[in-house]
Amino acid sequence: MANLIATPPFGDTLPVTVGATTITERPIERAASVAPFAGRAKAVSAALKQAIGLGLTGPGEWAAKGEASVIWFGRDTWLVIGAEVPESLQADAAVTDQSDAWACLRIDGPQAEAALARLVPLDLRAAAFGTGRTARSLIGHMSASITRAGGQGYDLMVMRSMARTLAHEVAEALQSVAARGA
Amino acid sequence: MRLTCPLCGERDRREFYYGGDAMALERPAPDAGDVAWNDYVHLRDNPAGATRDLWYHDGGCGTWLVVERDTLTHAIAKVTPASEVAR
Repeated sequence: MANLIATPPFGDTLPVTVGATTITERPIERAASVAPFAGRAKAVSAALKQAIGLGLTGPGEWAAKGEASVIWFGRDTWLVIGAEVPESLQADAAVTDQSDAWACLRIDGPQAEAALARLVPLDLRAAAFGTGRTARSLIGHMSASITRAGGQGYDLMVMRSMARTLAHEVAEALQSVAARGA
Repeated sequence: MRLTCPLCGERDRREFYYGGDAMALERPAPDAGDVAWNDYVHLRDNPAGATRDLWYHDGGCGTWLVVERDTLTHAIAKVTPASEVAR
């Protein structure tokens, strides 16, 4: 088979550094969505916990262990990143490969919160959106997954087709915030 | 207007998509007759007061919601997942 060259979803639009705040790509090498069939969520959670050490999280929560993370991704849906979902899970859940389907960037630094306040209709301050929190919401007009990455950082995920728009929007918001000399 | 999604909490109206009157969940039987089906497909009340709508949380978790609200006061009385209403 031909050895294909992987191209990053954000192209040359990232990284961006403004003052002490950075926007960098977070490559997703492997991801799958897990949507348990009706009434099978508990069984799926137990099986997943046995396989990768992480069960399904509550709405608006995510968890990580080593390379693997499980992110709540909407109603009865979770995204498993960085770990192989066991094939046996397919008896209890719709498991769909999402590798390369979503693009992820991290914005981290003292002005990350202020930049996102211009784009996201949510309270993303630490008191309301602290460690272990995640949300599905909008970034501008794009449907997105927003996750508190720890400290001042956020991981933002959109469908890959919108990766460059995301990078552009976030970089512009960050530059505008910085230009005000906050 | 803000709606409280049972999964996501209180969210801005821009995250939601209007899905019409919640009577869409009360589908008549296939043999209910022309009058019942005409009513279901075409006829809608336009109340000044309490109403029930369907809203879709498309900018969020993807849940269909039944929202009970008042068209005069804009008060939201209740938000229920449509999956719990339409069994």
